[in-house]
Amino acid sequence: MKLEANVPEGELAEKWKKYRGSMNLVAPNNKRRLDVIVVGTGLAGAAAAATLGELGYNVKCFTFHDSPRRAHSIAAQGGINAAKNYQNDGDSIYRLFYDTIKGGDYRSREANVYRLAECSTEIIDQAVAQGVPFAREYGGLLANRSFGGVQVSRTFYARGQTGQQLLLGAYSALSRQIAKGQVKMYNRHEMLDLVKVDGKARGIITRNLLTGKLDRHAAHSVVLATGGYGNVFYLSTNAMGSNVSAAWRSVKEGALFANPCYTQIHPTCIPVSGEYQSKLTLMSESLRNDGRVWVPKTVEDAQAIQRGEKRAEDLPEEDRDYYLERRYPAFGNLVPRDVASRAAKVASDEGKGVVKTGLGVYLDFAAAIERYGKSEAFAAGIHNPSSEKIRELGEAVVKSKYGNLFQMYEKITGENPYKTAMKIYPAVHYTMGGLWVDYNLQTNVPGLFALGEANFSDHGANRLGASALMQGLADGYFVIPYTIGTFLANEIRTPKISNDSPEFHDAEQRVKNRLDQLLAIGGNQSVESFHRRLGKIMWDYCGMSRNAEGLKKGRELIRALRKEFYEDVYIPGSADEFNPELEKAARVADFLELGELFAVDALDRGESCGGHFREESTENGEAKRNDAEYTYVSAWEWDDNNPVLHKEELTFENVELKTRSYK
Amino acid sequence: MKLTLKVWRQKNNTAQGHFENYQVEADEHMSFLEMLDVLNQELIEKKEDPVAFEHDCREGICGACSMVINGRPHGSQAGTTTCQLHMRAFKTGDTITIEPFRANAFPVIKDLAVDRSSFDAIIQAGGYISVNTGQAPDGNAIPIEKDLASEAFDAATCIGCGACVAACPNGSAMLFTSAKINHLGKMPQGQVEHGRRVKNMVRVMDKEGFGKCSNVGACEVDCPKEISTDNIAALNRYYLGQVFGGQD
Repeated sequence: MKLEANVPEGELAEKWKKYRGSMNLVAPNNKRRLDVIVVGTGLAGAAAAATLGELGYNVKCFTFHDSPRRAHSIAAQGGINAAKNYQNDGDSIYRLFYDTIKGGDYRSREANVYRLAECSTEIIDQAVAQGVPFAREYGGLLANRSFGGVQVSRTFYARGQTGQQLLLGAYSALSRQIAKGQVKMYNRHEMLDLVKVDGKARGIITRNLLTGKLDRHAAHSVVLATGGYGNVFYLSTNAMGSNVSAAWRSVKEGALFANPCYTQIHPTCIPVSGEYQSKLTLMSESLRNDGRVWVPKTVEDAQAIQRGEKRAEDLPEEDRDYYLERRYPAFGNLVPRDVASRAAKVASDEGKGVVKTGLGVYLDFAAAIERYGKSEAFAAGIHNPSSEKIRELGEAVVKSKYGNLFQMYEKITGENPYKTAMKIYPAVHYTMGGLWVDYNLQTNVPGLFALGEANFSDHGANRLGASALMQGLADGYFVIPYTIGTFLANEIRTPKISNDSPEFHDAEQRVKNRLDQLLAIGGNQSVESFHRRLGKIMWDYCGMSRNAEGLKKGRELIRALRKEFYEDVYIPGSADEFNPELEKAARVADFLELGELFAVDALDRGESCGGHFREESTENGEAKRNDAEYTYVSAWEWDDNNPVLHKEELTFENVELKTRSYK
Repeated sequence: MKLTLKVWRQKNNTAQGHFENYQVEADEHMSFLEMLDVLNQELIEKKEDPVAFEHDCREGICGACSMVINGRPHGSQAGTTTCQLHMRAFKTGDTITIEPFRANAFPVIKDLAVDRSSFDAIIQAGGYISVNTGQAPDGNAIPIEKDLASEAFDAATCIGCGACVAACPNGSAMLFTSAKINHLGKMPQGQVEHGRRVKNMVRVMDKEGFGKCSNVGACEVDCPKEISTDNIAALNRYYLGQVFGGQD
């Protein structure tokens, strides 16, 4: 199979403009006759469904949630990047493009990333017009902050709830189209299979989660915006319901899955506290602007801390190792996420972790509190302020910047981070891999499109902070409304797709058989227990640090676990009722296959790049990319025994491939 | 810690519900939902029906978790959703009563899960600004006073969980509706269709079976995002203006 990226000809900066201006269009009278299915209502899905509805297509939109507003985009904290250059600090579309390509460790497609940077500015305008209450300056104009180690200030934000506000904006646009009848919304409907007719994606099979009823939905085209697959690790910052099933079912129907091993492990999350843990909570990257990361210099001190005999504040400065500042003096605590995460693992693996489990490091605000306190005292004309006064003033400044995050930390851990150092550890946060798509965001299955975190195209091997919201909305508002026309313009003579064809009946039967099979196992172990075990294997063998031997072992363990799952899982209840355990079982069954493909992909990629760190590929303890052998996208065709690799070679015409250095 | 849970069990919307007692062993660092996970794992191991409850993000922002804990929506800790409530707020030997949100407009689906789609209907009636993708002027074209943007933000933090309705003796959705109306109406871009929005959202709110507001104030106390009843006062003013004066 030859993978065609379908990147338009021309200069990088002109490609999208020219393409948009010359592509085939679908006339309004024809749009009315074309049906489009959108699965998922996060930033990408809600934006796409709303915009396609505005354009006049008949849209059917699906979510497994009780309302489109619950999609996990809602939990994004920090912000959204845009090359507005409102700060006059040298930002430009090219610079955002370059930062994203470099941040992704040169493993993304140039033309897609450039288009993303171009669309970024329109997103801010659109969101403001929808009423998204972005932070503002006293002059009434939009505020920005810096993020993720880039050298300009281009991140727009709404306190620590940017994802929530942007999603509610997209949800409101979607709600408007639902009210007009332009979008038919199906809440609590989960996509359980893709239906192809004559090789084209023509519909989906859904299960009504309240009644268990299976339905056949037909359309001219299917758009998946179903998010990432971080929950293959069980513990992640993803929501409990986030899953890979819609994408994976499409893979089973022939779609290719690209770069599954590219996972972002976010450095600042609250550490695991016990075996019962169900999910992990992120503390925004913005905290690293002021917090200093450290561990004790000696294992003895660390052990005393782990036993609860010492606390952070008991250790004098000379006994602390501010390891990021030591190892990366140029970027210090603000190195990119992948680098910070690996360094925390190294420190913990050396036995210097500072929580009971040994897996945690300090994020300390004491120095920031003192610095801000002194500066405030000076500004207020207080000479020789007492240390209590300095603390008081400094804490007030920190509170104004990070108050909601500190409060969240205290709620979860029961510790006051103003008084004692926070404890953090990396956690799975985002998956850069996803369905392979071309420049039009179309998968290799004609008529099947993938948007947002569900596709692979823009972030390469590592995503920069505040870029996920940007990509989801760019894909949904500004890319798919155009590019879907390249497919649909050839479908204007296609009559309404019938859901009564043999293909639809077969697909429905496939789903029914699968659910019956799961329920019939009648074993003794819960779905949750299998999911936890899968997560543990993934973390131990395919986590922050990977090697060939471990990946082979991991694959074997996952296969054995899958076998055990199909022999011994127990699912209460039946298929024709509200049954959350059955929903989970179908999702975990898919994770068991995806997890294996993940290990296969990680084994194939014998280099270290971005979030993928291979112990065999290092130089002076740092990750070493291998451009000569691995400058390609790995697009996998699923096969139960031997997944088939298709390579899309990446060509860089506008940037020079360099070693990322933060020293 | 050893706890006794008194949990509302109801097979479906038409079945008769009842309280069932369970003993559970919890850890003080667990979240409330993780404690319920422990209970459900035990029930599944005994091949009994697990307790149905809604949850997703488990970090206090998606609004999926609901349930009334010891008589209070999301429990008694201020500004906290059920998923962020931790067991250190309880002590060993406690009996905890857990019920679904109860309101006319939120029919029970099963056990602790209720149907809140009536909230979507209110938003669809006007909880938006009518601007198509691509029509927007530059983001900085209209300066908005910082404090005003901040007030709009405070109203916009609503997570649509429905605690306000569950807390209200009348089952009113005034806090939810007024928060959205104020979020949009405070900003210039939302002013244009403000009047229509007020009338339409209130009409649908009434139609969906929510009760009337009698200024009890329980909604504000139990709102996990601490949204103020000032929003309700403002909505009353706008609404009267629309009905009797033709403007606000």
